Amino acid sequence: MAPLNMIEAQGLAKAYGETQALAGVDFAVGAGSILGVLGPNGAGKTTAVRILTTLATPDAGHATVAGFDIATQAAEVRRRIGVAAQDATLDGALTGRQNLVLVGELSRMGRAASRERGSELLERFELTFAADRVLKGYSGGMRRRLDLAASLMTRPPVLFLDEPTTGLDPTSRVRVWEIVRELVGEGVTVLLTTQYLEEADSLADQIVVIDHGRVIAEGTPRELKEASKGARLVVTLAAAHDGAVGALQQLVDGRVHVSDDGRQLDAAVDNAPGLATVVVRALDAAGVLVDNIEVRPPSLDDVFFSLTGHAAADAGTDMDAGDDLNRELEGVSR
Amino acid sequence: MTTTTLSPLASSPARSLGHLGDRITDVWALTRRNLIHVAREPMQLSDVTVQPVLFTLLFIYVFGSGIPIHGGSYKDFVLAGLLILNLTTSTIGTAVGLSTDLHEGVIDRFRTLPMWRAAVLVGRSMSDLLSAAVCVVIVALTGLAVGWRPTASVPSVIGGFAIALFFSYALSWASACFGLNSKGPESAQSLGFIFLFPLAFISNSLVPTAGMPGWLQTIANWNPVSAVTAAARHLFGNPNPSGSVQAWPMQHPVEASLLWSVAIVVVCAPLAAYFFRRQTAE
Repeated sequence: MAPLNMIEAQGLAKAYGETQALAGVDFAVGAGSILGVLGPNGAGKTTAVRILTTLATPDAGHATVAGFDIATQAAEVRRRIGVAAQDATLDGALTGRQNLVLVGELSRMGRAASRERGSELLERFELTFAADRVLKGYSGGMRRRLDLAASLMTRPPVLFLDEPTTGLDPTSRVRVWEIVRELVGEGVTVLLTTQYLEEADSLADQIVVIDHGRVIAEGTPRELKEASKGARLVVTLAAAHDGAVGALQQLVDGRVHVSDDGRQLDAAVDNAPGLATVVVRALDAAGVLVDNIEVRPPSLDDVFFSLTGHAAADAGTDMDAGDDLNRELEGVSR
Repeated sequence: MTTTTLSPLASSPARSLGHLGDRITDVWALTRRNLIHVAREPMQLSDVTVQPVLFTLLFIYVFGSGIPIHGGSYKDFVLAGLLILNLTTSTIGTAVGLSTDLHEGVIDRFRTLPMWRAAVLVGRSMSDLLSAAVCVVIVALTGLAVGWRPTASVPSVIGGFAIALFFSYALSWASACFGLNSKGPESAQSLGFIFLFPLAFISNSLVPTAGMPGWLQTIANWNPVSAVTAAARHLFGNPNPSGSVQAWPMQHPVEASLLWSVAIVVVCAPLAAYFFRRQTAE
């Protein structure tokens, strides 16, 4: 019988030199579901994945994958996981097909079965046209898809995807999402790390928000949004007006952000009944003409902001270009 | 013996026999992978193809004219030396190859697979053994083309080549230790040269040791490269001035060569496994 939780982590901690990459992290992933591990660069996401995939040993805490202890039954764990890491972990000098066959053979699938499964996955990931091309000539999106294909060679019941769409164009990103949903439909358990709130929102059943090596929130995407009871107020003015910020500031606790052209103001608010009316009256009293007013439910971005006090992607690197830097940055607390 | 000495990387000990088939599969898969690399960039092979031809011609025609050899010609004397010299310096490829593997993401992929982790090392040593075999063929053919003639029986000559290859295999484990401790492929290369060049040259490979200063003669006579060179000369039936040197390895070159080679594997293979584990531990 399959264990109830395919991944369980308890008190995982790991330091790299002076930096505490993980400072005691707990989570569990039920069979056939997706856990989204959300956090900025350097939050500890990759460290968690490296520990759970037996690449790194934790300083404290323990974990099981597919019911096997990562520390004492690493070989059993390795037989049951597929890993698509953040940075290229395929052989650049081999062709796409050779890479998949190598992974299959080293997973003891046998050469014939490896070839067959390889062709099947190349087909599924729309890479057949490039199957016999050396990897060096692949685009970023093609490499990511091949990495994903490699992680699926053995039809593993547990899949670790470390930022599977970082650096991908929107079309490829959506394609990867579709594949992940298909896999979960087939009963695969997925742990997926991401810096993209949208990705976690759209894919994950459960989300764990990590910052500075700690879990700072967890729940379903819906629960997380509800937990942050605030809303976002966005007011568009007919023209920039000096009195607008002052008038609005009296109604909100936090800062009022003003757009560059001075026409759009936004602020975090408590969503009280009649809020829009109150705002319009206050602005009218100040002689400000309002074009549009909107009270938005919180997005995960807002949730993240309210939890961490900083935006998801403000770790100082461009999200897309940060790909290669990520491993160095992981665990470098700011 | 080698199976047990290589097992520190295995996930659980004392199950070697049951896993032997799987392990051979892993080693073969990785050996093939390394050979595909070579096929993609044939220049990687230059140290076992172009360099041996160049060295052979250079030494025979440029230096050979000025070095008299008692009891035969310089080309008959030097060919075994050039063979061992080329094999010795080309083991640098093991250091560079492993260092490259270690510094690329692919090693992380391997480490999440249920494979035998030491297969990375053993596979490398196998593919390097095959390039060494290419080197042997190239040197022999170049030698034959310029007039080198072995005078011993065919099995004896083959024995000479086999001893040379075994030594080269052993040395590649030493080279692996350097590669695994280097900061990258470039530093593995220079580290390898610093170690392998003196080893190759402070020997009887290119000149008889008798003309060297006394202390250097002692080093040269006890250098494993000299033992293997003397053994090959002896087995090829070529002039072997070291035969008259009163040092045990020069008196018993075949035994000394085998002892050296076995000793190097026994020490360096587990050491390489240890370094590999240490470098990939996190």
